[in-house]
Parts: sequence; structure tokens; C-alpha cells
Amino acid sequence: MRVYLDNNATTIVDPKVFAEMVPYFCQMYGNPNSLHQFGSESHPALRAAMDQLYTGINANDEDDIVITSCATESNNWVIKSIYNDTILHGDKNHIITSEVEHPAVGASCKFLESLGVKVTYLPVNSDGVINIEDLKNAITDKTALVSIMWANNETGMLFPIEEIGAICKERGVLFHTDAVQAIGKIPVDVQKANVDFLSFSAHKFHGPKGVGGLYIRNGQALSPFFHGGEHMGGRRSGTLNVAGIVGMGKAMELAVEALDFEKNNVRRLRDKLEDALLQIPETFVVGTKEQRVPNTILISVKGIEGEAMLWDLNQNGIGASTGSACASEALESNPVMEAIGAEADLAHTALRLSLSRFTTDEEIDFAIEVIQKAVVRLRAISSTYAYAPEWHVSKL
Amino acid sequence: MGKNSLIGGSIWEEYSQKVQDLMNNPKNMGELTEEDAKNMGGKLVVADFGAESCGDAVRLYWIVDEATEMIKAAKFKSFGCGTAIASSDTMAELCIGKTVSEAVKITNIDVEKAMRDNPDIPAVPPQKMHCSVMAYDVIKAAAASFKGVDAASFEDEIIVCECARVSLGTIKEVIRLNNLTTVEEITNYTKAGAFCKSCVKPGGHEEKEYYLVDILRDTRAEMEHDRLLAISNAQIEGHSSVNFDDLTVVKKFQQIEAAIDENIRPMLVMDGGNLEILDIKEGDDKVTDVYIRYLGACSGCASSSTGTLFAIESVLQEKLSKNIRILPI
Ligand SMILES: Cc1ncc(COP(=O)(O)O)c(C=O)c1O
Ligand code: FES
Repeated sequence: MRVYLDNNATTIVDPKVFAEMVPYFCQMYGNPNSLHQFGSESHPALRAAMDQLYTGINANDEDDIVITSCATESNNWVIKSIYNDTILHGDKNHIITSEVEHPAVGASCKFLESLGVKVTYLPVNSDGVINIEDLKNAITDKTALVSIMWANNETGMLFPIEEIGAICKERGVLFHTDAVQAIGKIPVDVQKANVDFLSFSAHKFHGPKGVGGLYIRNGQALSPFFHGGEHMGGRRSGTLNVAGIVGMGKAMELAVEALDFEKNNVRRLRDKLEDALLQIPETFVVGTKEQRVPNTILISVKGIEGEAMLWDLNQNGIGASTGSACASEALESNPVMEAIGAEADLAHTALRLSLSRFTTDEEIDFAIEVIQKAVVRLRAISSTYAYAPEWHVSKL
Repeated sequence: MGKNSLIGGSIWEEYSQKVQDLMNNPKNMGELTEEDAKNMGGKLVVADFGAESCGDAVRLYWIVDEATEMIKAAKFKSFGCGTAIASSDTMAELCIGKTVSEAVKITNIDVEKAMRDNPDIPAVPPQKMHCSVMAYDVIKAAAASFKGVDAASFEDEIIVCECARVSLGTIKEVIRLNNLTTVEEITNYTKAGAFCKSCVKPGGHEEKEYYLVDILRDTRAEMEHDRLLAISNAQIEGHSSVNFDDLTVVKKFQQIEAAIDENIRPMLVMDGGNLEILDIKEGDDKVTDVYIRYLGACSGCASSSTGTLFAIESVLQEKLSKNIRILPI
């Protein structure tokens, strides 16, 4: 049995999504901007996809949802173009974000810092969420942008987006949210949330990889990141990824339809897994179940280093993820784990399990069994649970 | 970069089969107790290295024959990633049958080599080399505990890069001998910095006492100083092919600075003073005007505009050129 529990990294393409995409490779392959039937025959599907996207996040027809290549592009675009538009050629010099953003936001802000921009990284509590008062205190009349994620990719923790949106609106500051981990897991409504910019990525909600979007509120200026032809109304150049857009539209529609299923069934399976794992002594999970998207668990298993855990799970057919430094190619510890900091060990013992609407009861039962066995084996090796004679002065 | 690094590979694909097997079934995992020691007629030694909060921790158990100092049994327990487990296991294996003094000579490189399938292919990817360092450190800790000495006493040189076991002396030497100017060159020559990269600059996986960037900068500064000294000495002895008066302002500045460093500063510093060169101007009559400022005790000293000034001027005139004039400000 193979069980995929890494849906925050990417998801299976829903076969229904794939079916919608297929005709746009070998049959209707024309460039939609060309003046002939090869080009125009993809227009109905593109329009339908745009409708699905607009409906999915409750955008107005006057707002823009610009198709990008991924959420990394969307995030980079907002942050770097705000720099060009209002910092380099304006009188603002400050951006506010959090310590636990995805690197697509975090590293972009670090880059702007190297160009002299002031960046405030709001700290998070042991649940991994920011304090709203910190945000209020950080905003000044020099603040050009607030960029705070909707849901965190490691912990699944939800941020108070509506509240943040209201504060930014009141203070007259632009607000961007990285909603990559929220779409398809909880209702996302750009009107209610008062966001000016919102990033998303198809492959996180059972769409294809390499296509994403940036929502831009009606009338909001943002200089292009990709200059070129007149695609996407001149906002983002590059020949349209027709199959990708069609797939993303369908994926959005299905994801929104499945929100109740997510809230009830995915949540039930997640809770079943979580409750079973918390039976293991010396484990803890970041954040309460209610404060999280319904599919994610970030659990710390004392005495077991994350990469060793992934190894054992993988040997048994289970794919999961860890924030452990030892598992990253650069051996860098995960800033989210460090920022949460609650128990220093989290940085080394974190195991992330993320489900999807395709996860089954049998898979969860199997996963529980495998994880329990891995814990027994690896704790038997672990020095945390090692014998020491009375005279031994432990340095562990 | 290049083709193989653009699509990030799985680090697991670079583990040797031996490493993978040891991760699944470590042979020497476990504990040894006083009871075991009594049964085997030896002394129990227990040593720790690392901490769970650092991501790596290992406890090593030995039973040592007190008469021969031979390690009769070795076991380990380890908190860490798979390669840390595999290296700890190999380390324990390598200890068995050796004397304590022999065991101390086992390095992380021996551990890594022992885990290779093919003698020419590393057992772990470069960044994982560091996991075997812990295995080496815990042996030292065990030996220190057995002999009742400090673990540092087993190390006679300062190791800058633990992964590649390269000492401070070696690094300084290759920089000087090969006139290296970048950290990448140091890595190419010595392999220091080729693995976990902690030793390259602050902020890596582990905090260090010495970093390659600092050693490079300091050694280059020493080399530059030596070079200038050599030039000024050569001139004193009349070996220099280039006349001081024909040098560029920058070179003149360097030579004057070096000559002051060598011949004048030590005396001033002894009296609690110093001086700095503010500017150098070349007149059309071939005269080089050197503007200086006295610092510390010198700045108020009565002889600074008479005796000391005369001394400085005559030293520079003698060593470098008759056409030097000193102007204190
Ligand atoms: C919160 C968050 N933002 C951005 C991204 C980047 O998405 P993409 O892969 O589409 O660039 C991810 C995916 O890992 C994510 O989890
Ligand atoms: S200490 Fe790891 S590469 Fe130098």
C-alpha cells in the first residue's frame, strides 16, 4: 500500500481536471491570441475557466485575476512591483510580513531589504500565529504593503485575514495574502477579506503544476513583472498556458464544491489520525484543530529526528514531510519551526502529515499503524531514551 | 550549478547501500550496563556528544579491559537522521577490538570510508558528511572519560573544517603557497568547506570558532603586510629595481605605511602614542609631502613637532627616498 500524506507540498491532479485539459494539447493547440480558428477555438474554455476562478474566490468582474506560472511568481510580482511602484518611485519604504511566510514571500522581502527597504517580520506565538496588536503597532505612514499568508503551509494554522484586511483598509495600506494553502480547504472570499492582492497555485488544489494566479482588486495599479506582448491585458505577458488555465478553472470549481466534504470528511480523517498519534507518549501538535485548515497536522515526536522518521515512513510506502534541517539539501533549519520555537526540539522532530479529499479511511488506518511502528523502532535507537548509569553525567 | 543540480535530487539517492542497510538495521545499536561490564571483566565507559536541541546527539558505550585498554564491546544510541544513525553504528563497529589510544585515531573520514560500497564513491552526499563528525567527537569523549583527561588533549591542532578534517595551519599554508584569493579556491585545494559548509562563513549549520572567510581575509592581510615589508627592506638594501620617486601614490602610501609600521610605530606605541597618514601629495619638484596626524600621547607631546618629527623624516628619507617631507597636522 502506498499512502500520500504530503498534500501541502502538492496534490494529485483530479482525473476530472485532467480530462478537461486533454483536448488542449493535441487538438486545440492554437495560440489564443491568434486571429484564426486554431487560436479562437480555445476561447470558450478559457472564458469558462475564468468564470470558475472568479466565482471560486468571489471576485467582482471588474477585479483582475491574472494567470501566472505559480504562486511563487504571484508573490514575487506583488512584492517586487510594490517596490518599483511605491518605494523606488514613491515616498514609502516599509513592508510588513510575518516570520512564517513561505520563502516565495520571505526571500523576496529579504531581497528588498538588501536594496534598503525596511521590513518588519511579525513574530508568531507557540501556535504559529501573529498577534494582531503587533500588526497595528507596526503600521506607519511609510508602510507600502502588508503581506500575511492566509494559512501556513507547515502548521496549517489560519491567520485572522478578515481582521487584518479591515485594519489595512482603515489604515490605508495595501494588503496581500498568500492563500495557496487556504484555497480548497476553507472558503476564500476576497470581498469579505478586504484583500488587494491574493496569490494561489493550482497544484495545491488538485490542478496541474506550473499554473497559478494573482487576484488584483479593481483598479489597483501594479506594474508588470513580465514585460512583453499584450497577454492578460498587458498585466502579465507570455503565451497563455491554455491547458493549465482550463485545468485550474475546473480544479477551482471542484475544490469549492468539495469544501463541505473537506470540512467534514477530510477533517474527520485528519482528527482520527491526530488523535491516534497523540496517544503516543511525548508528542504534541501545533495549534488546536479548530484553528487549522482541516487537512494538516504538524506533530513533534520526541526523540525522533524528522528525516529518520521520513525514512521509515517511506520504507513502508508513506509519503510525508518534515521541517527538519537534516532533510533539507542545504541543512538549513526551517524558519517556521524556529519562529514557533515553543519547544526547541520542534525544529528537529517535526513531522507534517497533510491529507486531501482523496485520502481514505483505510489509508489512515495503515498510516497510524506504520507511524506507531516507526516510533517504536526509532525510539529504541534514540539516545533520548537511552540507559545511563548513575555515575554518568549526561550531556544530552 | 549545472545539469545535475538544477532539479534538486533526493539526498537519499546518494546514500550508499551500506548506509541504507545500517539505517534499517543498525548492528551495534543498544546499551551496555555495569552488569555487562562485570560479566565481560571490563570497565564500563559511557560518553555523550551533541544534544537533541541541536538535531544530533549520540551516546557511546564501551567495555574496556583495564589491563590492555582494549575495547571489548561497543554500543550506541543516537538521536539524529538516518546518516547519523549509520555513522554512529559504523563508529561503534570500528572501535571494537581496538585499544582506547587506537580508537581515538579513528576520524569521521574513516567512518565515512567504511560505509562506502565503492571505494571511490562517497557514502553520503556532501552536506551529510557532518553527521559522521559526531561519531568522531564521541570517541574522544569516551577516551577522555576512560583516561580521566580533557577531550581537547587528543587534538594537537586546530581543526577548522571538521567534515574534511583540515587544520588552521594547512589552510593558511595553502593560501600563502598558492596565493589563493577566494574561498572556492581553498575548497578546491583542501576540500575544507566542501561538505556541510558550516566552516565557510557564520550562519551555517553549526557555529564555529574559525571560518574560512575570516582566515582568508586575515591571511591575505598578513601576506600583504609581508609583501610591503619585503619591498621596503629590499629598498633599504638597495635591491629594489623601482625607485620610490617613480612609484604611484598608492604604492608610495603602502611603502611609507610599511616603513612606519616597521621602524616608527613600535617606538610611538611604547610611549602610548601613534600616528596616522592622512594624505600624500606629489609636488612638481619631485617632493612627496606626507601629511600625518599624531594620535594618543603623541598628540600633546612637545617633541612631536621637533625631535620626533625629525626622526620620522630621516628614517623615511633613509629607507625610501631623500625627497620625502613630513607635515604634521
Ligand atoms: C504558502 C505557500 N506559498 C507559496 C507556495 C509556492 O507555490 P508554487 O509552487 O506554486 O510556486 C507554496 C508551495 O509550496 C506554499 O505552500
Ligand atoms: S565543517 Fe563541514 S564543510 Fe567544513
